[in-house]
Amino acid sequence: MLKFIGFRILQAIPVLLVVIFVTFLLVRMAPGGPFDEEKAVSPYVLEKLNERYNLDAPLSEQFFDYLSGILQGDFGPSFKFPTRSVTEMIATGLPITFELAFYAMLVALFIGISAGLLAAIRPNTAQDYVPMSIAMIGICMPSFLMGPILVLIFGIWLEWLPVSGWGYSPGDKILPAITLGSTYAAYIARLTRGSMLEVLSQDYIRTARAKGLSTQTIIFKHALKGGLLPVVSFLGPAIAGLLSGSFVVETIFQIPGLGRFYVQAAFNRDYTMIMGTTIFFSVLIIFFNLLSDIIVAYLNPRLKLGNKK
Amino acid sequence: MENNVNTGTAKQILHLGNGGEPPSLDPHLSTAVNSGNIISALLEGLVTPDPVTLKPVPGVAASWDISDDLTTYTFHLNPAARWSNGDPVQASDFIYAWQRLLMPTLAAEYVYQLFVIENAEAFYKGEIDDFREVGVSAVDKFTLKVKLNAPTAYFLSLLSHPSTFPVHPETIQKHGDIDDPGNLWTRAGNYVGNGPFVLTEWALNRIVRVEKNPYYWDAKTVRLQEVRFYPIDNFVTEERMFRSNTLHLTAGVPEEKIAVYVRDNSGLINISPYLGTYFYRFNVNQPPFDDSRVRRALSMAINRQQIVSAVTKGGQIPAYNLTPANTLGYTPTAKIPFDIKAARRLMAESGYPQGKGFPKVELLYNTSEGHRKIAIAIQQMWKIALGIEIRLYNQDWKAFLETEKNGDFSIARGGWIGDYLDPNSFLDMFLTNSGNNRTGWSNQEYDQLIKQSGRIAEMDDRFELFQQAEKILVDESPIMPIYNYTAIYLKSPDVKGWYGNVLNKHPLKYVYLERDN
Repeated sequence: MLKFIGFRILQAIPVLLVVIFVTFLLVRMAPGGPFDEEKAVSPYVLEKLNERYNLDAPLSEQFFDYLSGILQGDFGPSFKFPTRSVTEMIATGLPITFELAFYAMLVALFIGISAGLLAAIRPNTAQDYVPMSIAMIGICMPSFLMGPILVLIFGIWLEWLPVSGWGYSPGDKILPAITLGSTYAAYIARLTRGSMLEVLSQDYIRTARAKGLSTQTIIFKHALKGGLLPVVSFLGPAIAGLLSGSFVVETIFQIPGLGRFYVQAAFNRDYTMIMGTTIFFSVLIIFFNLLSDIIVAYLNPRLKLGNKK
Repeated sequence: MENNVNTGTAKQILHLGNGGEPPSLDPHLSTAVNSGNIISALLEGLVTPDPVTLKPVPGVAASWDISDDLTTYTFHLNPAARWSNGDPVQASDFIYAWQRLLMPTLAAEYVYQLFVIENAEAFYKGEIDDFREVGVSAVDKFTLKVKLNAPTAYFLSLLSHPSTFPVHPETIQKHGDIDDPGNLWTRAGNYVGNGPFVLTEWALNRIVRVEKNPYYWDAKTVRLQEVRFYPIDNFVTEERMFRSNTLHLTAGVPEEKIAVYVRDNSGLINISPYLGTYFYRFNVNQPPFDDSRVRRALSMAINRQQIVSAVTKGGQIPAYNLTPANTLGYTPTAKIPFDIKAARRLMAESGYPQGKGFPKVELLYNTSEGHRKIAIAIQQMWKIALGIEIRLYNQDWKAFLETEKNGDFSIARGGWIGDYLDPNSFLDMFLTNSGNNRTGWSNQEYDQLIKQSGRIAEMDDRFELFQQAEKILVDESPIMPIYNYTAIYLKSPDVKGWYGNVLNKHPLKYVYLERDN
């Protein structure tokens, strides 16, 4: 197992290097620079600004300077927010985005697995069709529609929950978590249903039934472990998606998370900030994919990673 | 029910939507409107704008004398003016601040604001090294003398712009280099200001909180105890926050909601003229727009009234020239007419009768639903009136700016908001060497008129020159004015002392909250 993990981490290094190189080139190829504004900056000021941020150096020099900076943990200052370092901005936004993703994941797992189980227990009945249709709607409904609808109902009409903010009152995390989690809940419901149906038709389940075990015991003790395998392998990309895709929900609910920084940085051509966040998200995606592979290996005795002789 | 508006009104805490995250709270480095709103609460210049008329009223300067030739200003500082740490505000603080703004290594974008001062530009460009040669000096601790290159009628208005505000020298030095944009003196806890409020919290993308400054010389006027600025970059989110009583005021209103608020007559929406013009630039270096008759024809063929009443619907005012009406009492008389017949004649004269043979040109705008709607309307108007086909295309903001800067367009959307209340803030945009011209248009007579206006003190004489310049601009039409902006925002009836004015500036020292029954 350790060998497997070590190998995967080694594999990640060239991937990251490619990410850094490609991002570095792409942001500079994008038309428009960080200092272009409606009110034109005088050529003299522009020259000074380029000098300050080393943008007047040859590209290769800029690249290696940047690389040696990040090896020392220095992602540079943000161009748009001159008193903030990229590291500070990521450190401010990340815990919030993480927390949001965590709650959203809880919502997704709870709703998704319950709905999937309900559907799998009585396939092709109303108990199957209703949750699965809702799941289909959930997959199709984008969060920029779901969020405002929830806000309208629970925030403005019923006045039960705050419409925005993060950490001001206990209720303000509920709507963002549901909005972000619902799409994933829908996926998880369909995954759970599918794989549970498969597991429930297998011989060992039939044996269990023949032994006279209750449905409850069969589902929770015997079937669920195997039935959740696809869900677990889905979790890695899902968490990465939740983290990097939180932008829309953060904007709707005015949450100061990393997703908003990421997208704003692209619009602002804030080179250092784009680089920093992209690298960071890449590391996260690699990490969570690895984590879910490990969990799958642990749950599935047929896969013995790293022990192939 | 407990909400920000109710508790805020009871405790004099104003909750304010403030556009996006302020990039900087350094008066010399900030260019964004949202930064300016906060800085104007934390710092105060020699003069401050009257909240209704915007006329300069005493700030740090209790009074001032102007020499007979109108080029020397002597400011008598109010000895009661204090920094938020209790230090007195001195003439030397202004000299320090202006020297800082003029340092080339600071690379301040608004540095040109001070170029009206004698030798300021030369110092900035390194032609002189000794700052004492620049026309600003301290006569004594509380007297500041400023020598200008020429009578500059709008000089006092410049002094309520954040770029000319003083800074506390010891504070800047304590937290880093004077010319380091990353200097952390602007953080909460470090910030020493001289304005009506002090910075108590600046949480990235979350909130900027300021509280009443007990050291402020005019603290008795200040009734708000606290102001919370929320960096909300999405108007739709902001409007929902307003509806749930999280905000007293918004920075804007989503376009599709403007008509709804106007119709429901609740008095929550505020629409007031804003010193700005929405226009299109023609690239005069490329055919067919190298011919001024074609430019005029296109400008004459659009129905501006219809655009503001059926497309933008936010109370905008149709614009037939560049400078908005009644800018400091100046209203341009030259107007581009709305005359489709004359436009057709001009097109025929330039070789495009009924639009025949007119080349395929493109209209470029930065990606936005609002700009798109206007562009579609104009595209149709031109098609019907002149028989020409225009293709629309859009680019994201930064890409758009680059394309425009490179002159790689035929027609491009533009907009301009005046920096100060004077026609010059608009008309100097189309000087030959202006970085904001971007049309390729150059007219020596126009340049002469604008430059001459800067040397004249008498307002009526200046206005006469501006009228002549404006006429040239209309005749030659390097741009096509479309409408004058309005400031549109939502305001709780509890907010008092907040007036609509053309710069959309609302000095918070006069604002207070009172339950409106």
